[in-house]
Amino acid sequence: MANHSHNTALLEETPVILPGHDFETVTETIAEIPLSKRFPLGWIGVLLIGVGLAGMLHMALGYLLLKGIGIWGNNVPVGWAFDIINFVWWIGIGHAGTLISAILLLFKQQWRMSISRFAEAMTIFAVACAAIFPVFHTGRPWLAAYWLFPYPNAMGLWPQFKSPLIWDVFAVSTYATVSIVFWYIGMIPDMATLRDRAVSRVKATIYGMLSLGWRGSARHWHRYEVASLILAGLSTPLVLSVHTVVSFDFAVSVIPGWHATIFPPYFVAGAIYAGFAMVLTLAIPVRRFYGMESLITMRHIDNMAKITLATGLMVGYGYGVEAFFAWYSGSPHERFMMWNRMFGPYAWSYWTLIAINVVMIQLLWLKSVRQNNGLLFVMSLFIGIGMWLERFVIIVTSLNRDFIPASWGMYYPTQWDFMTFFGTIGLFLTLFLLFLRFVPMISIFEVKMLLPQSKVKHDHVH
Amino acid sequence: MSVPIDIQAVRARLEQQGGPQVWRSLEAVADTAEFKQYLHREFPTNASEWLDPVGRRSFLKLMSASMALAGVTACTVQPTELIVPYVRQPEEEIPGRPLYFATAMSLGGVATGLLVESHEGRPTKVEGNPDHPASQGATDLFAQGSVLTLYDPDRSQAITQLGEIRPWSAVIAAVRGGLSAQSATKGAGLRILTETVNSPSLAAQIQQVLQLQPSAKWIQWEPVSRDNARAGTRTAFGEFLEPVYDLTKADVILSLDADFLASEGAGNLLYARQFASRRKVDESADNLNRLYVVEPNHSVTGGRADNRLPLKSSQVEAFARAVAQQVGVAGISGAAPAGSDPFAEAVAKDLVAHRGRAVVMVGDAQPPAVHAIAHALNAAIGAAGATVSYLPTPEAVPSDQNAALRELVTDIEAGRVQMLVIVGEANPVMSAPADFKFAEAMSKVALRIHSGLFFDETATLSHWHVPAAHYLEAWSDGRSFDGTVSIVQPLIQPLYGGKSAHEIIATLSERPERNGYDVVREFWMANRAGGAGEAGQAGGVVPAATAAATTAPAQPAQPASPAATFELSWRKWLHDGFIAGTAFTPAPAVLAPDVATRITTGVAVEGVEINFRRDETIYDGRFANNGWLQELPKPVTKLTWDNAALMAPSTAEANHLQTGDLIAIAHDGRTLNVPVWITPGHAKDAITVSVGYGRTKAGRVGNGAGFNTYALRGSAAPWFGAATITKTGDTYDLVGTQDHWSIEGRNIIRSATLEDFKAKPAFAKEMEHLKLDKRISLYADKEYQGDQWGMAIDMNACTGCSACIIACVAENNIPVVGKLQVSKNREMHWLRIDRYFAGNLDTPDTYYQPMPCQQCENAPCEVVCPVAATVHSDEGLNDMVYNRCVGTRYCSNNCPWKVRRFNFLLFQDWNTPQFKLQRNPDVTVRSRGIMEKCTYCVQRINAARIQSKREDRAIRDGEIVTACQAVCPTGAIVFGNINDPNSQVAKLKASPRNYATLEDLNTRPRTTYLAAVRNPNPALPANPMVGGHHAATESHEPAAPGGGH
Repeated sequence: MANHSHNTALLEETPVILPGHDFETVTETIAEIPLSKRFPLGWIGVLLIGVGLAGMLHMALGYLLLKGIGIWGNNVPVGWAFDIINFVWWIGIGHAGTLISAILLLFKQQWRMSISRFAEAMTIFAVACAAIFPVFHTGRPWLAAYWLFPYPNAMGLWPQFKSPLIWDVFAVSTYATVSIVFWYIGMIPDMATLRDRAVSRVKATIYGMLSLGWRGSARHWHRYEVASLILAGLSTPLVLSVHTVVSFDFAVSVIPGWHATIFPPYFVAGAIYAGFAMVLTLAIPVRRFYGMESLITMRHIDNMAKITLATGLMVGYGYGVEAFFAWYSGSPHERFMMWNRMFGPYAWSYWTLIAINVVMIQLLWLKSVRQNNGLLFVMSLFIGIGMWLERFVIIVTSLNRDFIPASWGMYYPTQWDFMTFFGTIGLFLTLFLLFLRFVPMISIFEVKMLLPQSKVKHDHVH
Repeated sequence: MSVPIDIQAVRARLEQQGGPQVWRSLEAVADTAEFKQYLHREFPTNASEWLDPVGRRSFLKLMSASMALAGVTACTVQPTELIVPYVRQPEEEIPGRPLYFATAMSLGGVATGLLVESHEGRPTKVEGNPDHPASQGATDLFAQGSVLTLYDPDRSQAITQLGEIRPWSAVIAAVRGGLSAQSATKGAGLRILTETVNSPSLAAQIQQVLQLQPSAKWIQWEPVSRDNARAGTRTAFGEFLEPVYDLTKADVILSLDADFLASEGAGNLLYARQFASRRKVDESADNLNRLYVVEPNHSVTGGRADNRLPLKSSQVEAFARAVAQQVGVAGISGAAPAGSDPFAEAVAKDLVAHRGRAVVMVGDAQPPAVHAIAHALNAAIGAAGATVSYLPTPEAVPSDQNAALRELVTDIEAGRVQMLVIVGEANPVMSAPADFKFAEAMSKVALRIHSGLFFDETATLSHWHVPAAHYLEAWSDGRSFDGTVSIVQPLIQPLYGGKSAHEIIATLSERPERNGYDVVREFWMANRAGGAGEAGQAGGVVPAATAAATTAPAQPAQPASPAATFELSWRKWLHDGFIAGTAFTPAPAVLAPDVATRITTGVAVEGVEINFRRDETIYDGRFANNGWLQELPKPVTKLTWDNAALMAPSTAEANHLQTGDLIAIAHDGRTLNVPVWITPGHAKDAITVSVGYGRTKAGRVGNGAGFNTYALRGSAAPWFGAATITKTGDTYDLVGTQDHWSIEGRNIIRSATLEDFKAKPAFAKEMEHLKLDKRISLYADKEYQGDQWGMAIDMNACTGCSACIIACVAENNIPVVGKLQVSKNREMHWLRIDRYFAGNLDTPDTYYQPMPCQQCENAPCEVVCPVAATVHSDEGLNDMVYNRCVGTRYCSNNCPWKVRRFNFLLFQDWNTPQFKLQRNPDVTVRSRGIMEKCTYCVQRINAARIQSKREDRAIRDGEIVTACQAVCPTGAIVFGNINDPNSQVAKLKASPRNYATLEDLNTRPRTTYLAAVRNPNPALPANPMVGGHHAATESHEPAAPGGGH
């Protein structure tokens, strides 16, 4: 972090929440959305798009089960393509949520409080989208769904623990579990708030059940704090480990372009980078639409843009190291791989990726850019595309021309590839919109802690 | 769909033709645009189905199902099927254990001895007969593929008369009726059209018919004929002879357009074996021969040339003359074509320097003049009698086939033919020279009877069609290239009630209902029982030379009855697969003194020259419906499912053409649109098209594949002639399995010249990218106490002929995926042959590398499988556990050789009952969604292990022969126990030429390669040898993409 005085200056410049809020207004602003009877037209419109795309996903996966993955463009040599690109992309996006809620919690970064809830929600939905791919991309998903787990069976067969895919299974399933638990536990006090404020009997019952009998007693709060800290402690290594393990899927192989020691940090940085870009993609329109500008302030936007820039620079460093080691290895296969990425048949993907992830993000050095919501939104969308292309470059351009020139081949996606990909975006949108409507999108009790009123109290307690 | 159909108009059109003419004129009516439209509109779904490979597959499934159901309601009585164990166990039949029977397959008038594997009465796999002189255990890809044709559900399944199903007795009645009409003229109106007949008994039968009907005529005709070779020997020696080579004695070989290593002409399997025997060099390398190839098209043999000169076909004669002049052949002279002087000079010097140890071979496509010059050359360099000898032809009656067919057409046009019996697969309606207008002529014959495996184009124009029995279903016999007679014995009852050629010809004889078994057996009893006389003599059809040459060795007089003696001999012949002592002895071929004057000079082809060639995978079109052969990448071009106009990169450049561009080829007044396929090494200003594609009645697999180049081919220039090509602007999707030409400077292929090899025998090892001293691995090394398997592939022996791929497909139940899936790189071949060009684009060196699973010791596939579906066996194999595979494809991604194959869709045909019969019961039939790959034929390993355990002994070296190894004519593939230092494979792996591909990855492949040693003439400019960083083609991008994808 930069020097302290600069930080303080910024803090004064743009507070974490805008002045004028007290306990009542915070609760009202946030709790009003799930409790209201209104379904805004804009919300309905976007939900319809999401549901439509999710329906397309159903169709694509149904046909896939019927015919086999030959409906996609995958082939030999390119055995993985959209399936694993999308998997890694979604998993990467998921990283921001955990980072915000766990690591920033441990670092006592209080500005995280306004965005942690929906960043975590984003994580869970992204992991759900990601999980579709490793299961459905297998030739026999009905077996893959459970043969990859170690379960006792009469045949005495176990998964093969040398395989990074098995590590993946554990990493992703652990991540999903911890994320869901963390998210839910963090919501319990707010669920109680909604229960207490609900007018309708049905809502009160549902939120009442979800609040697990929370009464806000000191003992509850104490246990909550302990659980939060433990989960944050558990989640923190997961932020680093999940994408490290995902990167092992590639790094452990022998394929030039995959077999690289830079992959774990490079993947983690890429994941956080993509994740923060996605939080920006979601936060910018949401705060506008729901009038949350006072709770998710420009301070948040600015901080997230800075993290995006920092991790983006790490990713750019990763590209440089990849190229350097391709040359430094002295291996003709490694050198050719890099040459093929830059000038081969998929060169367009590499250069688009460089243009976005290396060149474009330099704009984020400028405060005027970081303060420009519209520009930032567009840039965050581009970063999403750029990170998707990064996985495309890693997976497809490494496989399509590897060791034996006779077995080289091109990969072309089919309509089913696109339908599946856009379908998961639809699923994500659907889940996210339902979340916005029925769950407090910002942690009410945590934001309250940012109010001056709570500050005084806080100091007294200590 | 809503296009109005004027059925009335069509009907009226049909009616106008009138009464009995309707059937014959249906084609004519159908040819009108409206009628085509009508037909197409009536079944639009199916019409499109034929063209779409995926649709065709599903259609095939549906059709098969309906066919199976159709049997339930058909009028014919079905045999009762009982599922009970044998009451009386057939002798030697043990369920689950295959039996092998000797038989023979004839193609192009030459037989090859085979051993056919039979599982409970189902022939499943063809192997070569190790004792047969033409096979010596090897087969070509047609023999391998023939077993699929046997079970082809598209074979015709009923005797039909104008589409109506008829009994066999009706055929006999029709034939007798036709004959009785001829009785007055002694058969003047009868014509019998057969393929080239190399069956002595069939020839005798036909001769008997001709004795009964002395005015009848017998025409032998095949589109891929050996007329030129025959005419060449007649020019040189005054008689039809068959040159037979002994390449083991040849230090220098000059091939003038002779593709003797692939399946052209006679004896190719033996020649390939002999050629390779001089290529498997040890450190001394003194044995290495030198091969010069001069040819228009880049052939398989051309790929093995030490020095290769691409020349237009029409220039080969001039080249041959120049060589002859420099060698000093009296009376033959000429200037070599521009630019080829140094080559001709070097060749001539080399031939002279190796007098008596050199040979000149000529391809069937070259005109008789070149053959004659070669005979003169061979005499001049002392080859005759040493490296080449002249034998009587294996054909019973050699003839000028083109002339014979022309005479038939003339006779028909003159109204002299009333009855035409067509037997065999020559399919003249499709394949006859276009200028003969055979289809038109044939329609004028009053009684047309056809017998063939398929209801093909010729059957469509015949009144009667009789399904032919496949060679695995019928008795016959045939001569191989050296005259050795094999008895063709059936392995199975005819699946569809087919009749053999013997039975068809018998209907013309006095005993019309004789079956094939009696015909063949009685013939041999008559001709061989007492040890007297030779086969064809009974019919008086063998030329004098043959008769003189083939007097069979006298058999010792035996006291037993003749019948009993014969029975013993007969059984021995069937068991051995051939009749010992029937090989011809060389004829005292004396060059005609005036040979030089008898050689006519050919006409030079100005501008673009078109070459017609037999197809490398579907021959003359008879294998068009064979999915295995259609999907087999053609050895040099790697093109599948189509033929194309092959041309040199420079020709394409000059005409602004790319691979896949449709060009209009105009030749002799006929035009055809054919897509371009750029082939490095092709002669400039020439194109090559293969024949046999563009079939319309081949069956569901072959219909619509490729372009019918027979429509261009005329009788005047059956092999090459002048043509003009024009770009049409349209394109066509051609699909190849290997689009990349260059090796990218990698050391996968390693080669050296003879000098370099002698100086540095371990050159292959020195080409390693990274020299690893320590073999480190994260996991502990496995210890192998007993056997551990390995393979060595000699790239100096491999000719790239691709028979091993088909053998692998047949042995391992590998599915056919169709053109669309091949275009998506999803072909399923466990073994592929990688082909690389090195050097310049015009005269590249070509390298073939068979690429099966490398069975790595540190296998990258094994560690990445999450479910342990691919695991290391305690004999060192990477076993695939199909049942366990969930299909993550990680193993394939992590395979540096990309030899794993994934069932992206349900590629295997699970429904067609015939295909169920064909499959190898020892190999799992894989379903959708799982990975598969080469297993080193683990089923054969297990069979040998079981046998060895029963006998309480170790598995012997050579006891396990993988399918690819068994079929290989050159013995390029050797498999065995590498733990046994005395095994053949261990010895090869100790050779200085031995190297592993991608050794720097430390995966420790069990499949290793023996580096190529080429022997180019130092006097000629040569391409640099490839491997490591020495390659000439260091560029990363090929100069032009080789494929459409």
